[in-house]
Amino acid sequence: MSETQALESMVGGEYKYGFTTDVEYEDFPKGINEDIIREISRRKNEPEWVTEFRLEAFEKWKQMEEPDWPNVEYESPDFDNIQYYSATKKKNGQKPKDINDVDPEIRETYEKLGIPLEEQKMLQGIAVDAVFDSESIFTTFKEKLAEAGVIFCSISEAIQEHPEIVKKYLGSVVPKGDNFYAALNSAVFSDGSFVYVPEDTVCPMELSTYFRINNMQSGQFERTLIICEDNSQVSYLEGCTAPMYQENQLHAAVVEIVALENAEVKYSTIQNWYSGDEEGQGGIYNFVTKRGHCRGDNSKISWTQVETGSAITWKYPSVILAGDNSIGEFYSVAVTNNKQQADTGTKMIHVGKNTKSTIISKGISAGESNNSYRGQVKISPRADGAQNYSVCDSMLIGQTCGAHTFPYIESSNPTAKVEHEASTSRVGEDQIFYLQQRGMEEDDAISLIVNGFCKEVLQKLPMEFAVEADKLLGIKLEGSVG
Amino acid sequence: MLEIRDLHVCVEEDGTEILKGVNLNVNKGEIHAIMGPNGSGKSTLSKVVAGQEAYEVTQGDILFEGESILELEPEERAHLGIFLAFQYPVEVPGVTNKNLLRQAYNTIAREQGREELDPLQFEDYAYEKLELVDMKPEFLDRSVNAGFSGGEKKRNEIFQMAVLNPRLSFLDETDSGLDIDALKTVAGGINKISNEDNAVVLVTHYQRILDYVQPDKVHVMIDGKIAKTGDKDLAVKLEDQGYDWVMDEVASVSVNGEQQ
Repeated sequence: MSETQALESMVGGEYKYGFTTDVEYEDFPKGINEDIIREISRRKNEPEWVTEFRLEAFEKWKQMEEPDWPNVEYESPDFDNIQYYSATKKKNGQKPKDINDVDPEIRETYEKLGIPLEEQKMLQGIAVDAVFDSESIFTTFKEKLAEAGVIFCSISEAIQEHPEIVKKYLGSVVPKGDNFYAALNSAVFSDGSFVYVPEDTVCPMELSTYFRINNMQSGQFERTLIICEDNSQVSYLEGCTAPMYQENQLHAAVVEIVALENAEVKYSTIQNWYSGDEEGQGGIYNFVTKRGHCRGDNSKISWTQVETGSAITWKYPSVILAGDNSIGEFYSVAVTNNKQQADTGTKMIHVGKNTKSTIISKGISAGESNNSYRGQVKISPRADGAQNYSVCDSMLIGQTCGAHTFPYIESSNPTAKVEHEASTSRVGEDQIFYLQQRGMEEDDAISLIVNGFCKEVLQKLPMEFAVEADKLLGIKLEGSVG
Repeated sequence: MLEIRDLHVCVEEDGTEILKGVNLNVNKGEIHAIMGPNGSGKSTLSKVVAGQEAYEVTQGDILFEGESILELEPEERAHLGIFLAFQYPVEVPGVTNKNLLRQAYNTIAREQGREELDPLQFEDYAYEKLELVDMKPEFLDRSVNAGFSGGEKKRNEIFQMAVLNPRLSFLDETDSGLDIDALKTVAGGINKISNEDNAVVLVTHYQRILDYVQPDKVHVMIDGKIAKTGDKDLAVKLEDQGYDWVMDEVASVSVNGEQQ
């Protein structure tokens, strides 16, 4: 196999999660208008204030334009042709309390994805919320977490059972009208996870949500809200996959994190949505707003992402460093292949004194893909002693891909220290030959080179998932040598 | 062990012929040195034996243990026990020496039907080999060749050779750029690794490594061919007199050849 072919097959490794699950859905009309939004709210049995939240967001969204500044090209989604709510039919119309009440087809789906929902089969110490299209199917280890005072459930359940907390924080980090896709999400958001860690509590388990888009007609508009009270800690991970369809599906999520005094939140993502075929047909449009608010002094929010899927990615997990001495981190690996396009990065907004942020971004492009890093570091006038350190490294595999870096640095405080480093390298045939000469298969050689390149970021993932991420990179880049 | 027959090789990209009929036999237990001026094709020969795809074999054959290896991928040749110490060892940032070597060792062991080593066993094994080239254990945890000095890179190649324990090793100018102490260390390593069952081919510009590693045969490569073969004395003569006299011999032979 020539090296070019090998690299192509590595980046173009077969997508293992592309199957569909045959389930019966509740009927729901396509399109978006006030009635549809009221209907979503009604089906979810939401209180009036949530319906109002949605309608206000919808009003804002109607006034907004789809952003055209990202370095990606795609055909704009037909918003009237999307089904904004997609729930499976259930026996008694209730979310199952027991694993045995979950539709066997769906249980099998998660089994196939390597996420068994039976607690005894789970990895030790990880609780899972399984979100299938628009709804949370099942959440494991709820009782065990409750003993520690940690609330881990779907956002829909949280609205029913803990409305006072949701009301206080929903939209407080990402306002309804923040941007086009955040406004759309605020209007039609379906399910997502809710995490509340009370004061002085270290969450006893890793929390994770596994998102699955199954319905071809629908989009996924999940909403996640994580609140960590004073002196508390939590580590949360999300994973995403979808079937292979010819059509593009829209995934417009919003994630809000609030960290109070001395609180620490670690949020990790392994994003492996279907990325379309070699010709760029199909795949997920991943337009996501993720933001954390270090509200208390000495708080810390850390984003780690491994982005390998989606046809188009538009995503900037950010941190507002409001509390003094608070810390924001962003560790990212973004891999694009074939015709994938990614425009991803972060924003670090320094408001408090002696706030620190670190950005480590590793972009890997192969095939005919385009991979852009876009990051903003903003130091406000009162952020005395603020520090930022950024590294953006790009790796090119082959001759037909692109890597771009768009750093924006804005400092209004003379005592701040901002450092930015960037590099671009190419996986060389000499590197591959060297490793082959030592006995390694070409794909293993590339995998090793890429893993070495991403090491600093992969090390930040929770241990249980680091292995997964490692494998995923290998599959993703199988046979893509240039 | 290695038999190269009338090997013709050109650069795939532009068709330039580099090797123009190389014949070479290396038996097990032997150490050979290939010398020659710049551009004579010495390094190309090493890379072609290792399976570098940038070259195309247009004529002739390379047999290893009696079987042609021309159709084999580089890693398949490595699995047979062919090793190349690179003239310019490549950097692989973020991948530790230990990680690379354990993976390489186990892949080759698996292919050869030998037992693989777990991380702890491998560490013990690697420590032993470090002593051969006088390297510190920290070396194992550094990224492959990244930030290494020239001498460290060369020593690392010999260390890798020691770990992988190949049957046939081509050392492509491993002695270049080494100070005298490093040269002794590297030569000492080669001598310790060399035994009755394996073979080593030293590709070099200089006679000086041959003061420490005793070759069974010395070949002179001129313009893509082995022009002369002799023993250690040939290397000494080359050091004293340069390559001109060999070139003159070659020229007169070919002139005579044409006259006949």
